[in-house]
Amino acid sequence: MKDAKPTGPRSQMETGTNPGKADAKLGRDIQAKIGQQLRALYDEVVNQGVPDRFADLLNRLDKPDDKESR
Amino acid sequence: MALDASVREAVLAAVPSLRAFAISLCGNVDRADDLVQETLLRALANINSFQPGTNMSAWLFTILRNHFRSEYRKRRREVEDGDGSYAETLKSHPEQYGRVEFEEFRAALAKLPPDQREALVLVGASGFSYEEAATICECAVGTIKSRVNRARTRLSELMSVENVDDFGPDRTTRAILARTERA
Repeated sequence: MKDAKPTGPRSQMETGTNPGKADAKLGRDIQAKIGQQLRALYDEVVNQGVPDRFADLLNRLDKPDDKESR
Repeated sequence: MALDASVREAVLAAVPSLRAFAISLCGNVDRADDLVQETLLRALANINSFQPGTNMSAWLFTILRNHFRSEYRKRRREVEDGDGSYAETLKSHPEQYGRVEFEEFRAALAKLPPDQREALVLVGASGFSYEEAATICECAVGTIKSRVNRARTRLSELMSVENVDDFGPDRTTRAILARTERA
């Protein structure tokens, strides 16, 4: 997994009273959270492994003696 | 058709990640699995164009993405709307993609333009390099980088607006705690 390059101090979205530093910290926290949730969501599917239909599909297609091939 | 054992192995190994990518593209598990199935059929029919030693997973992702773009976009246009169908799909199948803890994040992700979402998923979740993602998306590396950056910026905007006070014990932890207490 590549390091998540932070988008830099681009937290202009904060319009609150906190100046620079707090915003940058919040920005980093959010970026970390985004990376973590994105992977968690993705891995939830990955961890389901290979559903039978795909293993079956490969088995069906992988026939050394298929009359039609060649 | 007889498959080389190592090819077969590599194809099967890529399936879980292909599914996750497909779901992120179309937002629906059933459609995603059809997409994966069609991808595998195409890939195996063209297996001779795969260059041994190159990245099987990236090759399959490229086929899947191309197929998605040609087929599913066409279909979507025929059916109706341009924007919002992804979000709608997610809404109508909330149980199909991620548990409730991810709801906020998923909603934010659904608001991203497809190009940005796809770039973010490839680099941030599938673990492809910027270069590989650029190959898969058939665009320049710089384009991928800027899409990923824009996706992250947009997500952080969405998420900080929606839950500025949500740091500390995160929602996942709290959800688990709540469940444990109830049990």
